[in-house]
Amino acid sequence: MLGGHLLSISDLGPEGLEEILEMAERFAEVERRSVRKVPTLKGKVVASLFFEESTRTRLSFETAAKRLSADVLSLAVASSSVKKGESLRDTVATIDAMGIDAVVLRHRSSGAPTQVAGWLPTARVINAGDGSHEHPTQALIDLLTVRQVRAEQRGVASAGTGLSLLEGLEVLIIGDVRHSRVARSQILAYRLAGATVRLSSPGTLLPASLDGWDVEVVEDLDDALTRADVVSVLRIQDERGSGSFVPSIGEFHATFGMSVARAATLKQGAVITHPGPMVRGIEIASKVADDPRCLVLRQVTNGVPVRMAVLFLALSSSAGLDG
Amino acid sequence: MAESLLLAGGSLVRGGGTERADVLVVDGVIAAVGTALEQPSGTTVLDATGCWVGPGLVDLHTHLRQPGGEEAETVESGAWAAIAGGYTAVVAMPNTSPAADSTAVVAQVMALGRMTPIDVAPAGAITIARAGERLAPMAAMAALGVSIFTDDGTGVQDAGLMRRAMEYARGLGVTLAEHCEDESLAQGGCMNESGLSSRLGLVGRPALAEEAMVARDLLLAEATGCQLHLLHLSTARSVALCVAARARGVAVTAEVAPHHLTLTEECCSSYDTTFKVHPPLRAGDDVAALRRALRAGEIDAVATDHAPHAPQAKDRPFDEASPGMLGLETALALSIEALGGSEADPVQVFDVLSRAPSQIARLTKSDRRVGGYSAQGGNLEVGDAANLCVVDPEARPVVEAGALQSRASNTPYDGRMLLGGVRHTVAKGVAVKVDGEVRR
Repeated sequence: MLGGHLLSISDLGPEGLEEILEMAERFAEVERRSVRKVPTLKGKVVASLFFEESTRTRLSFETAAKRLSADVLSLAVASSSVKKGESLRDTVATIDAMGIDAVVLRHRSSGAPTQVAGWLPTARVINAGDGSHEHPTQALIDLLTVRQVRAEQRGVASAGTGLSLLEGLEVLIIGDVRHSRVARSQILAYRLAGATVRLSSPGTLLPASLDGWDVEVVEDLDDALTRADVVSVLRIQDERGSGSFVPSIGEFHATFGMSVARAATLKQGAVITHPGPMVRGIEIASKVADDPRCLVLRQVTNGVPVRMAVLFLALSSSAGLDG
Repeated sequence: MAESLLLAGGSLVRGGGTERADVLVVDGVIAAVGTALEQPSGTTVLDATGCWVGPGLVDLHTHLRQPGGEEAETVESGAWAAIAGGYTAVVAMPNTSPAADSTAVVAQVMALGRMTPIDVAPAGAITIARAGERLAPMAAMAALGVSIFTDDGTGVQDAGLMRRAMEYARGLGVTLAEHCEDESLAQGGCMNESGLSSRLGLVGRPALAEEAMVARDLLLAEATGCQLHLLHLSTARSVALCVAARARGVAVTAEVAPHHLTLTEECCSSYDTTFKVHPPLRAGDDVAALRRALRAGEIDAVATDHAPHAPQAKDRPFDEASPGMLGLETALALSIEALGGSEADPVQVFDVLSRAPSQIARLTKSDRRVGGYSAQGGNLEVGDAANLCVVDPEARPVVEAGALQSRASNTPYDGRMLLGGVRHTVAKGVAVKVDGEVRR
């Protein structure tokens, strides 16, 4: 992790990715104990700054910090001076002046965590989702969850397998890639792990340009589904105006939705991931959402240990972290 | 007030070439050109050894922010930034608050300009409040001496209104200058649309947004016969459209900004809002094409788009930050760099920075409607107004954002070593920058 921040999956090399997955497995172990708390970050202060709505990510980060015995300082934007016109830079400087060690930041503007990392002299910045840019911890959760399922399918322990169970996987990402920060982090993370990534989406919901992206756009979704090991279904991001990029939600569901019929064509062992929140009946049929091949609840469960791992690596002695 | 000055030891840069000659300035006018000139007693000698002595630079595209944006810049501070950069005249864009869409605001900027050592020529807005809905009183402003009208910042989006504006402007004998970006295609974006913008999750302003509007305005200019000036072209295809139209006889001129000649979209990778500008920084192939076009004479002028901003306008998320960057104090050296660095032809440097812009802005003759406007971009003949820029092509100054004459510090070149520096600036016969220091 570059400078102890996690702003983008591109801050990680394969070793960094592996380190987080292995660390997360160890913290998942803690989660199964009767006392689910370790003193690792006792005395550290983690500020949780969510400038955009979030349920699971915020709860998951704050739970992770508390499990590590860190103190959590939580800014509720709705009741803060942000509403009175304070700039992001001033808000962050104010929080920093209270003496914090890490900022978990969600913002509707792409790049805000990168800017904040530049403004703060010492505190580490963890990107909890920025605009349409990245959501690195979500991608890490997806990789951990997929690795665990692949391990179970082979009857081996997930811990210690590194990236070997992810190498060569065919990942198919369906839906609103244009506005999705999850997709950007997934693409980088899966490629880092040696998987191939293909995209399927209406032309209007693909990124404006894929120059320099290491992905392939599929022509035929139904053919691609029969070959995929992992299908990542994305939400239509109406809050970013995605609604106007397709003629109707009904047409989108018919052409790109994860229907029962499409789910039936998946090959043996294939799994479906969804970053949540799911909108049943639009990008994913309700029955598919409840299908055991759909990993959405396991992803949520893995949220806490993955974020514990990221906070731990960002905040433990910086020496072994950089680079 | 005006003094006797001798610019000694330099190379005179005229339209036809360079020659070794001294210039004697007396009472605001070039009194003699040659070697071993007789000088009146009390003459101040300015050493120009090893320097190019050319006409003062003329900027077609300066945001002075007054009235309304005085925290970022004033007419006075902007004029000193101009002097530091070797300029003796600037065209002040109408993006003020209120906009320069009336004789009152235009007259105010002219009056403030007369209190500075240089010529400040306000451009008027094409439409009221630059809102793109109703024509501003162009005839009234033209009667005060305004010769360029623009809604810079955004172009006139409505094609029918732009046609009407051109028909009206043609009758007045004034030039319309367009910021070409179709906002419906630019989709509120904040950097060049590309694989990079997609990776960064930033909405892009595609080249297409600029090119579609360049094409539209060239066709409208062709149909109406209006004199058109295209502001800050940033893509190879925009230039090609302009060249093709000129070949058909369309009355069009074009400028390029120094940042589009020297910076690429990669600068936006770290979300540093200093690099946010409209039209956006493009990829390297467009930058290379713009340099080629400038050298080939396909682009008439380099114009700064000097856009000062207070820190709070830039210390924001990338998509919310104000677009624009400083330009006046770095444009000359960057133009030299774009024209080949040590290979640059000084004649061409002064063509694109002084002679062509002074013609486009109609500042080549003093305008008796506007007290104080003197002739700009001349050929350094005896009797010409003494607006001079002395350039040391061997100087290697380093840009310091905190040490600029501008009130703002949003330069994208902080820490960059420049290929050439302004040694002296003489405005209306007064030495306002001497040996690299402004006499503010």
